[in-house]
Amino acid sequence: MKSAVPIATVILAILAAWYVAAALMNAPLQRDLYANAGRTDYSTQDLIVDSLNMERPKLPGPHQVVGELWRLVFATAPTSKRSLVYHGLITLEETLIGFLIGAGLGIGLAVLIVAVRWLERSLMPWIVASQMVPIIALAPMIVVILYQFDITGVAPKAAIAAYLSFFPITVGMVKGFRSPDPLQLDLMRTYSATPLQTFLKLRAPASAPFFFASMKIGAAAAVVGAVVAEVTKSEDGGLGARLLAGSYYGQTVQIWAALFAAAALSAALVGIIGLIGRAAEQRMGFIP
Amino acid sequence: MGVASTPSPVRDDVGKAPLNEVAIDIIGLSLRFDTRDGPVQALSNINLKVARGEFVSFIGPSGCGKTTLLRAVADLETPTSGAIRVNGMSPHEARAKRAYGYVFQAPALYPWRTVASNIALPLEIMGFDKTEREARVKKGLDLVNLGGFGNKFPWQLSGGMQQRASIARALSFDPDLLLMDEPFGALDEIVRDMLNQQLLTLWEVTGKTVLFVTHSIPEAVFLSTHILVMSPRPGRIFDVIECNFPRDRQLEFRETPEFMAIANRVRHGLRQGHSYDG
Repeated sequence: MKSAVPIATVILAILAAWYVAAALMNAPLQRDLYANAGRTDYSTQDLIVDSLNMERPKLPGPHQVVGELWRLVFATAPTSKRSLVYHGLITLEETLIGFLIGAGLGIGLAVLIVAVRWLERSLMPWIVASQMVPIIALAPMIVVILYQFDITGVAPKAAIAAYLSFFPITVGMVKGFRSPDPLQLDLMRTYSATPLQTFLKLRAPASAPFFFASMKIGAAAAVVGAVVAEVTKSEDGGLGARLLAGSYYGQTVQIWAALFAAAALSAALVGIIGLIGRAAEQRMGFIP
Repeated sequence: MGVASTPSPVRDDVGKAPLNEVAIDIIGLSLRFDTRDGPVQALSNINLKVARGEFVSFIGPSGCGKTTLLRAVADLETPTSGAIRVNGMSPHEARAKRAYGYVFQAPALYPWRTVASNIALPLEIMGFDKTEREARVKKGLDLVNLGGFGNKFPWQLSGGMQQRASIARALSFDPDLLLMDEPFGALDEIVRDMLNQQLLTLWEVTGKTVLFVTHSIPEAVFLSTHILVMSPRPGRIFDVIECNFPRDRQLEFRETPEFMAIANRVRHGLRQGHSYDG
């Protein structure tokens, strides 16, 4: 494992920077706590140790976040409303539904754009514009609009997840469908293949590496969309709701735990797609 | 049988043949590309007739339009003026009828298909049924000595094997005409010699008409029944050299005085056609 050393070095550097930052940020708060308690005989070591173990720090130490994650993932019943597994599954459901819709929409748009040349000019500006609106501003409106049509529950959140995930998929797949080189396309012309045949036998298989790359970005975007949607409408739970609740009560440790849970969910999805992609590309002969 | 020794517009007829035996008939063909740096006259007043079963090589420096000429015959480029007939059809009709197989400079195998599946690609597109496809793929693999490599992916094959697979692919649907654009240009000399020999055998067995673009004088003389020397700016046919040796040539043929004489004439033509460059 040649890569183990650099990976470990980076992780250690991040942890060290995190501890330093946490100590520096929390120390003033801890000093106030000492002052309130009338304590003046603390050493620097006391200050550092206590700064890293506060109940409501500005920035919790890594071990606090890990401890909180452990408590809320493994030491709490998954049915409990405090469990991150409970909330994580809610987020996962919204993410997966939104991602599937986003992927379908994204690939569909890419096919249209590649098949009908003028659609690129007429559709692309709208597709790009759709992503320039801050999702945090748009999300409540999507929820409200869908509520008008009696669409509630998972659907509005999945819609927001889909909204964020279709864009990278469209862009990636347009590039993928256009990836065949001129010679490969000329070959199809010499067979006087129909556009459909050229698409099915050349453009679609050639786009496979782009497909899996697009899916990874789309899945990560879907998680972000689902979490943002949950912040907007927190009564149904989900990791986003935990973020909101944590910030409401100043529970920074809980916020960070929810944040890491969302990141882990995202990483897991990207990892699974990566594995499927690797297996598929190997089978298709793209990689040895 | 006209032989052009000057760049004047004469008919460069190749092979003595009755009219229905004409594979390629090109009349007054010109082709201009409009590039960002202004128009480029790629081909100027090409007149050419090729009889069925001939092996015709186009040789000339870069930019003489030999590839463009081949692409125009294949309906991959549209002439500015003049006419081309391929087996009595326009290039567009000929392409629609799948009258020719095209071998590119690079093998252009699809990397996600095995060798066998690459050879089957045109057959799938042209609607051959599965049994017929399998039979033709097997025949094609044997034809280019790739039996046993059908299940390999292109990256598992050497460059020479890949180009052989692409030749099998071009022949799989049995077109009368084979258009080859510097198919061996990227290969080393040893592999190239071997493939030249194999191509010659293939041509003898199948009796196809071959138009062959090359940069290599020995290759042209070794393979062809006629060699068309082209010169650049504007691209035109400078000389037509008959090369009517027996078809079952061996590599040793390249050391004979007859071979040398033809090679010298080609070299001379190339130099003359290029001389105004200084």
